[in-house]
Amino acid sequence: MAAKSFTVEEGWEYVKNNGITKLIRILEGLPEPSFSPAEYMMLYTTIYNMCFQKRTHVYSNDNSKEAYEKYKKAFDEYIPMVYLEVSGNAIDIVITLINKEREGQQIDQGLLKNVLDFFIEIGSVYKKCYEMDFEAHMLQDTGDYYSRKSSKWIMEDSCPDYMLKASVEECLKRERDRVSHYMHPSTEKKLVEKVQHELLVVKSKQLLEKECSGFCALLRERKAEDLSRMYRLYKETPQGLEIIASIFNKHITGEGTALVKEAEYAATNQAASKVVVQEQVLFRKITELHDKYVADVNDLFLNHHLFHKALKEAFEIFCNKAVAGSSSAELLAKFCDNILHKGGSEKLSDEVIEETLEKVVKLLAYIHDKDLFAEFYRKKLAHRLLFDRSANEDHEKTILSMLKQQCGGQFTSKMEGMVTDITLAREYQTKFAEYFHSNSNATPGIDFSVTVLTSGFWPTYKSFNLSLPTEMAKCVQVFKEFYDSETKHRRLTWIYSLGTCSINGKFETKTIELIVSTYQAAALLLFNSSDRLSYSEIETHLNLTDDDLVRLLHSLSCAKYKILIKEPNTKTISPTDNFEFNYKFTDRMRRIKIPVAPLDERKKVIEVVDKDRRSTIDAAIVRIMKSRKVLGFQQLVMECVEQLSNMFKPDIKLIKKRIEDLITRDYLERDEENPSMFRYLA
Amino acid sequence: MPRTSKRKAAPPASVKSSDLHSVRPGKGATKEVDRIDRLFNSYANQSLGLIDPEGVEKLCSDVGVDHTDVRILMLAWKLKAEKQGYFSKDEWRTGLKALKADNLDKLKKAFPALETEVMTPPNFQDFYAYAFKYCLTEEKQKCVDIETICELLHLVLGSQFRAQVDSIIEYLKFQSEYRMLNMDQWVNFYRFCHEISFPDLKNYDADLAWPLILDSFVEWLKEKQS
Repeated sequence: MAAKSFTVEEGWEYVKNNGITKLIRILEGLPEPSFSPAEYMMLYTTIYNMCFQKRTHVYSNDNSKEAYEKYKKAFDEYIPMVYLEVSGNAIDIVITLINKEREGQQIDQGLLKNVLDFFIEIGSVYKKCYEMDFEAHMLQDTGDYYSRKSSKWIMEDSCPDYMLKASVEECLKRERDRVSHYMHPSTEKKLVEKVQHELLVVKSKQLLEKECSGFCALLRERKAEDLSRMYRLYKETPQGLEIIASIFNKHITGEGTALVKEAEYAATNQAASKVVVQEQVLFRKITELHDKYVADVNDLFLNHHLFHKALKEAFEIFCNKAVAGSSSAELLAKFCDNILHKGGSEKLSDEVIEETLEKVVKLLAYIHDKDLFAEFYRKKLAHRLLFDRSANEDHEKTILSMLKQQCGGQFTSKMEGMVTDITLAREYQTKFAEYFHSNSNATPGIDFSVTVLTSGFWPTYKSFNLSLPTEMAKCVQVFKEFYDSETKHRRLTWIYSLGTCSINGKFETKTIELIVSTYQAAALLLFNSSDRLSYSEIETHLNLTDDDLVRLLHSLSCAKYKILIKEPNTKTISPTDNFEFNYKFTDRMRRIKIPVAPLDERKKVIEVVDKDRRSTIDAAIVRIMKSRKVLGFQQLVMECVEQLSNMFKPDIKLIKKRIEDLITRDYLERDEENPSMFRYLA
Repeated sequence: MPRTSKRKAAPPASVKSSDLHSVRPGKGATKEVDRIDRLFNSYANQSLGLIDPEGVEKLCSDVGVDHTDVRILMLAWKLKAEKQGYFSKDEWRTGLKALKADNLDKLKKAFPALETEVMTPPNFQDFYAYAFKYCLTEEKQKCVDIETICELLHLVLGSQFRAQVDSIIEYLKFQSEYRMLNMDQWVNFYRFCHEISFPDLKNYDADLAWPLILDSFVEWLKEKQS
């Protein structure tokens, strides 16, 4: 075929008339014969020649650009028209087919793929007709479809079933497949989101809170697989895990609070004589709860931080509730005392004890008033150490090292000091025994031992100038001489209230050994010189406070063992009473212990802790202000709470009070311009 | 008749009017200082060299203002008097000069203007704080007792914030936690009256930097109202 030279216009006319127009007629179903091979050839050659016109001996394809432009123009003119007419219907049909497939019918996936490919192709030129026309409609419709379905399923199915059977997991799988078969990959994410939204998010409240099969029910019944599935499904939705974690938190809080209420009920409904050791039961149950849910967070919720947080916050709520007037800090300290006390847990193995101690220390993390716990613990530790009531020294040391690890060295330093003191005290006792054995004139005359304590470590004990009976006074003197010879610059303060004494009561029938406190012994020895003494006489002789004297005399005359006869024979001590030695007293035992009613130390402990808190907060505020120079009130409160968080949780009122005090003491001032700012005064 | 005998000193040979002002006070001004001093002396305790409480009482009765009247406190403020119940010569001079009062009559007439001056915004804050400081009679004293605070509140804020003041005073007398208050708490009473809507207390937020005593007051009041 000779290469006719013609212009692009001429060539294009031919193509247009014989190619494009003809094609359009065919497409529109008009009677038009299809292209013959010869016609194809002519079109092809024309276009080729159009593009590759020989010019000045050089082949150039300058014309091709023009040709393409003309082609595009034809395309542009025709296709949008077609598209607009056809696309609406096409989309509706596609969506209907998709829904049919969802219902389980077989559809021509190949056809759908072609149609949608077309949309995608057009979309590359004509701005997102795939996204806006097809995809948007499809997503909308999908949303409606699943909204209807989920409403139906949520009524009929249990939560696990809903999640599983023909429901969420399945649906998501099928939708993903659908996308890969005939939609553009970019649709997958949006489609999945949509389905999840309808199935999980919109219905989340109904699903998770289903009475017998929702989240809480699954937790209660320990349905691990279902819970894991729930976690997996909701992880993909926005805020999904926050929702579940919040229900988790409420559930734990509920269970924990119920335990506390149980303990409260038990405590207030017991007859006074039968004191149920409620803290034992309570803490055992709480640690069980803790173990259970920590395991859940690890196994089911894959250690996700939201669930750790939910658990922590739940425990912080109910672990800080008081039971029958006792703070949780006090109860926990009591619980520890029970384990470490002689007769408390000898039947348990060392491992079990250590495990229990570890769990106790873990619970301490949730208690706000850690300093209160420390003070109660210290008081009870002192009692155990001083009266030799400690079951096992190793356990004592173990729990201290656990506490140290969790709360820091400062928390346990005094307690550790106390334990060391006892060891040192024993050394001195040995030395003292040697001292008066080798020093015949230095003998105290009676069997006597002293425990020397370092005052800073131990709780504060009031020391009274008890007038000692001569026998005891001599002992004290001898020890003082000994101690002064062993040490320099040490001052001994005698705490007689902590002493024990064993004296022989020579009663008419028989002699009985009485194990009493030093105070009781001092009182009883007075009766060696007089058979009968009045309250005031005893008071004068002993030089004790009324409180102590009343308690002491009560223990000797109104309690189980009446060593003294009180006149009048009433149940309480009054300053007008008279006392006589009870010669007729007897007991089948040869040796009896006469306890004194214990003081309620709770008030004192709380007082001590409150006082310490004031100075601790002061120090924290000064520290913070010194480094920041100027700081807003709320910021100051925040930093204060943060700094003190491992000791206690200061409430805002207390902080305000301390700020006030520091202002009066010229440490701080309020900014004149901005009254919510404070300034450090150097 | 030339009044040479009345002249205090011979005037310099050549003198410009500006020189006169810078070299020495004008005749009128000198007379003023004299009169102010004379007024001072008429009330002062000669051995102390100060006007003492007795003198103040006499002054009060002469100007016809009760010595517990807030206007006397305002006078003290104007004089920047440091010690409660006393006026020093310098304080008197500076104060009365500023009031342009060199005799009793002018002093009497100066009070209304003084009141207005005190009530104008930046001055009032200053006066309010001054009122507290004026009560710190001991060396190193930082706090004022509740009784005095109540009286002071009544005196200084009573006219402007009757309802708040009555309420606060009732509370201060009722509570037992505080026996003394510091300057910071005092200053915040005014801020409270000024900023907080009363008696609904709607915009009071205890989580903000208000002193604790005001938090407690608001709590008490809210309970009373319910």
